[in-house]
Amino acid sequence: MTVQQISIFLENKPEALSRLTQTLAQSDISLRAISLADTSDFGIARIIVDDVEATKKVLEANDFLVKVNPVIAVEIPDAPGSLNHILTILADNKRNLEYMYGFTGRKANQAYMIIRTTDIPKTEEVLAKAFIRMVDQSEIRNI
Amino acid sequence: MGRLKYYQPEYECMDYEQLKELQGKRLAETFRHVYENVEYYRKRCEEAGVTPDDIKGLEDLDKIPFTCKDDLRATYPYGLFAVPKEKVVRIHASSGTTGKQIVVGYTKEDLDIWDDCAARQLVAVGADENDIVQVAYGYGLFTGGFGLHGGATKLGCQVIPISSGNTQRQITFMKDLRSTVLACTPSYAAYLGEALHDMGLTPDDICLKAGIFGAEPWTEEMRRDIEKSLGIKAYDIYGLTEVLGPGVSYECAEQKGMHVNEDHFIVETIDPETGKRLPEGSKGELVFTAITKRAFPLMRFRTKDIGVLTREKCACGRTFVRMTKPMGRTDDMLIIRGVNVFPSQIEGVLLQNGYQANYQIIVGRENNTDTFEIKVEMVPEKFSDVVSEIEKEEKKLQNALLNILQVKAKVTLVAPKTIARSEGKAKRVIDTRKLHD
Ligand SMILES: [Zn+2]
Repeated sequence: MTVQQISIFLENKPEALSRLTQTLAQSDISLRAISLADTSDFGIARIIVDDVEATKKVLEANDFLVKVNPVIAVEIPDAPGSLNHILTILADNKRNLEYMYGFTGRKANQAYMIIRTTDIPKTEEVLAKAFIRMVDQSEIRNI
Repeated sequence: MGRLKYYQPEYECMDYEQLKELQGKRLAETFRHVYENVEYYRKRCEEAGVTPDDIKGLEDLDKIPFTCKDDLRATYPYGLFAVPKEKVVRIHASSGTTGKQIVVGYTKEDLDIWDDCAARQLVAVGADENDIVQVAYGYGLFTGGFGLHGGATKLGCQVIPISSGNTQRQITFMKDLRSTVLACTPSYAAYLGEALHDMGLTPDDICLKAGIFGAEPWTEEMRRDIEKSLGIKAYDIYGLTEVLGPGVSYECAEQKGMHVNEDHFIVETIDPETGKRLPEGSKGELVFTAITKRAFPLMRFRTKDIGVLTREKCACGRTFVRMTKPMGRTDDMLIIRGVNVFPSQIEGVLLQNGYQANYQIIVGRENNTDTFEIKVEMVPEKFSDVVSEIEKEEKKLQNALLNILQVKAKVTLVAPKTIARSEGKAKRVIDTRKLHD
């Protein structure tokens, strides 16, 4: 069970990110989650949205370089230790974590983590075995 | 392979020592001819203190003053002609990028030399009198059409002087008249390859076996593409209006550089900054001296093309020196940390590594050292949601560039469509160094 993440290539200058957020705002696209990664010369914005196809179209029409790929979204209790629990499972099963980021939804006491490992299907298996609840794209809308 | 291996083996495979002697003798004669008949050039020699008595052989080549493109413009139209007008039987001209015309002339004997040079190229690609040569270079003041036409006629081929354009008819003739050799610019050859497929045909429907392509820069990738789409072997030919037209140098079946017709032309490479002659194997500006032509024999003509010469033995048996395809123009050359860098080299690396030729070179100076940055537009194929993946690609490109340029550049990936699409040097290169004040 995965969700579709959109990654956007950004130049490493302040106006690059604001042009992205402006474009999204003008098209009434609300972000469920966003994470930024950067190096000295470029950056990547990774976003989770309700309607992946529509968002991709808007971004491409505005000359952004985008890429869509599956990532894992897990639901965890908004409580101390729950993130550590997930990381321990990944480490114990030698899953190579590329990056992760969290966000909260409307449900009280629940948080969500986006997990990107080198091997997504294997990681899904490992998490499922540990009874970690994962959400899919259709559920994102209701979070 | 055709029936013939060489067109004129007595020259093409001449012993090097003998060749040097022949070149020396012809150089002395031609220098005297130019000195005595071209007032403009004689004045230059007088300024340099050189007379025909000083030029006895090849070892005196260095003493001869250069000729450059500006000299041709300054003497337009007849100022550099070395024979009376009644001896001239043909004129060719080129306008170049600056728009000002240059005009060159040929005597009957000069045209004979040109035909020989072009015929050598045809034989080198496997042609003989049984071949049908489709000349799809433009005919007219441009030297391409007439050059190959003359060579093919002299060799006894059936010539189709179709000239460039009318692509449908080109393909129809290829098919119906069964042409075996195509001569045109590489870009037109690539276009004909596409057109063939668009017309629902394959290389099996035509009889072409070889192509002779020149008059503009092209890459090895382009060569492979053309070879595949037309089902031929594609060969490079080099020439320039000022020196002869196509046939100054020609590629053999080895496809490893072009043999210079050294019995007619002396080639050297020089440092474009100092004018000093460079040893064989070093990259420099190609300079040609015509030693047999009579109407328009230029002495040490600076081509502004950058290339490398090699006398390494060629498997084809020809002893003529080989030159690389021009790697760039001296006009575009940048000197960064003492190394000559050409935008065309950078373009080649980018294309080979899956990027597009959209880049910008930024050169500056910090603490008395040149800074060198290349901005490259990111392409979808290289984009990833993982930073380390992009950095890996970036590193790969940086190493490939270092390998070719021999000087380290910082590669910066920028968003697509952020670098202006322009052919002009102004936008390609930003050089903020102020070295001359
Ligand atoms: Zn050869």
